Amino acid sequence: MKVTLFIPCFVDLCFPQVGMSMVSILERLGHQVAFHEDVICCGQPAFNSGFWEETRVVARKVLQRLESSDAVVIASGSCGAMMKVFYPEIFANTPEAPAARALADKCFEFSEFLVNRLGVTDLGARFPAKVTFHDGCHGLRELGAKKPARTLLSHVKDLTLIEMKDAETCCGFGGTFAAKFPMISTAMGEVKCLSAQDTGADYIVSNDSSCLMHVQGLLDRQGKTVKTIHLAEILAHA
Amino acid sequence: MSEILKQFKIQATKVASDLRHRALIQTALGKYEVQRDRRKAAFQSWEEARQVAAETKWEAMQSLDQHLISFVSKLEARGTHVHWASNGIQARDIILNIIREKKARCIIKSKAMTAEEIHLNEAMEKEGYEVVESDLGEFIVQLRKEAPYHIVFPAMHLTRDEISDLFHRELGSAQTSDPEELTMIARRALRKKYITADIGITGANFAIAETGMVSITENEGNARLTAALPKTMISLLGIEKVLPRMADLALFLPMLATAGAGQPITCYNSLYGGPRRPGEVDGPEEYHVVLLDNRRTELLADAEQRDALHCIRCGACLNVCPIYRNVGGHTYGTTYSGPIGSVITPHLRGLQDWKHLSSASSLCGACTETCPVKINLHHHLLHNRRNAAVQNPNRLEQLAFRIFGRVMNSLATYRVMRTAARWLHPLHGLVKGGPLDPARAWTKTRELAPVAPKTFREQWKNRT
Repeated sequence: MKVTLFIPCFVDLCFPQVGMSMVSILERLGHQVAFHEDVICCGQPAFNSGFWEETRVVARKVLQRLESSDAVVIASGSCGAMMKVFYPEIFANTPEAPAARALADKCFEFSEFLVNRLGVTDLGARFPAKVTFHDGCHGLRELGAKKPARTLLSHVKDLTLIEMKDAETCCGFGGTFAAKFPMISTAMGEVKCLSAQDTGADYIVSNDSSCLMHVQGLLDRQGKTVKTIHLAEILAHA
Repeated sequence: MSEILKQFKIQATKVASDLRHRALIQTALGKYEVQRDRRKAAFQSWEEARQVAAETKWEAMQSLDQHLISFVSKLEARGTHVHWASNGIQARDIILNIIREKKARCIIKSKAMTAEEIHLNEAMEKEGYEVVESDLGEFIVQLRKEAPYHIVFPAMHLTRDEISDLFHRELGSAQTSDPEELTMIARRALRKKYITADIGITGANFAIAETGMVSITENEGNARLTAALPKTMISLLGIEKVLPRMADLALFLPMLATAGAGQPITCYNSLYGGPRRPGEVDGPEEYHVVLLDNRRTELLADAEQRDALHCIRCGACLNVCPIYRNVGGHTYGTTYSGPIGSVITPHLRGLQDWKHLSSASSLCGACTETCPVKINLHHHLLHNRRNAAVQNPNRLEQLAFRIFGRVMNSLATYRVMRTAARWLHPLHGLVKGGPLDPARAWTKTRELAPVAPKTFREQWKNRT
């Protein structure tokens, strides 16, 4: 299958290894990976701030460039939710409505794509560590993808998954929210970090780099040794 | 920055970093979650129950006018006086007029968020009437002269010792940390008031259109005493409380108790349809029902957010909301706090003054997931943000997002920004977290992830 990868701006800039891991996994599975260098962002920051017209400017380009793709795999549940759930809403009653719905139908968050679309659960990965999994809210609630990531982790050799208390509670990132209300965002992040640390895990795993960026930022400031890692990086470990 | 927003930020900062508050709320709501999940499991299908509840409320709102006419005509046929209030001022005047007419002195009240919404207690106290809250939690916060912390658990933010201190100071009781003893202290004070009160004021949980009855659920029996003992009873309720049929209660009563408190059903469930009839031994001689609009019809006219009127005030969305859990109920500065408060307050009290509540959310969606009547809460926060920006955009923010659009649509500009970010990162270390740091909102408490030596785009290009 020809798979078009959508790499969100923050993954491109700060977490390239997440994208590269996805490329190597998809290619190993025999798929052809395409990437449009000029498709940079889904427009979510503008959307979340209420600027829908400014969002459509960015989203229109995404719609056009991904129109001919067979399947689009998105390296973040949050951007996935934007394209799958919110594009149809912001383009409702506009000429782009059919294109937005068509894109929504072929968009997948990475772990969801592997398990639900391809039916792949075991990538033969080995990762000898204790990990805990954080559910990114958008992937979990907008896309309804709780199981795929855990299914994939359950097949990783020598990996122990210890569920944290309130794994489904938000880490406090929330995009522009983290900058507009930093005190609330930080408190939420602290609660999340403590829950994760209480498991005694070496790594906090998620399928959303945006959550991990927030959590890692807090852990680094507090001088904590527990590390964050994206699910794709673990799955790419042979 | 508006004064309301400033206060919100000050209060949120204070409470969010208060570790004692954090632990207290986590413990209280942790217990709630365990009970709630146990009770949810007792439903054959909680998800189907939610769907039916949402459809029933939808039906109620779709023909609200007809349901209200039926509700009112049946109540009036039994001798109830029904009053229509367009806003809080009218509702207060209606109630104050009844109080004056009855030459009442003491008023006993059971829990009613609608009364909080129209600041009824303040209005009655200003006229010199003695007002006593009979719900234990409300009684406690009234003694503290503060607003309810939570729409279902008004005194959730207090420890037993704090309540003991309060009772000792205000009621002269001996110190105790035994919850039962504390309850008995309040009961002894309240029993006297039920007997002396001239008027009892209640809220309502549901208004049954089919039979013209007000449904009140409670756990302490205080609402029953408030309704039964004084000669005059007044029920104040928002027009959205309607349920079409009596049979709907079979779903809504257990659902409200489960979602709200993790109970199978509340201890006392009463229906009021009119004043005492000849031959009956108890009940009020006169019954008044005050129906409050207060901008609810405006919300009804908003096709996108109309489902916010489905709310049965169970408080479940507050309980699961990580924002609520970290900033606490008082920080909102509103009658209705938590996600539902952030959604409806802009409609009830003005979008521009209250739009910040819709922004103060990570949009995690835990509220929508838990809501028993399936209100699309977190998406409505996005709708409020959009409406606020369309009505009165922050010009600087708008400019920023226009530039953002340009950058994201032009690979060349994006590359320039990437290079700039790389160069600036070492310099950023000099001001990091300080007052000169443009990223201070982030870096005050968190490290900023640096731009990678080779971005994904750079690595992708190298391999092909």
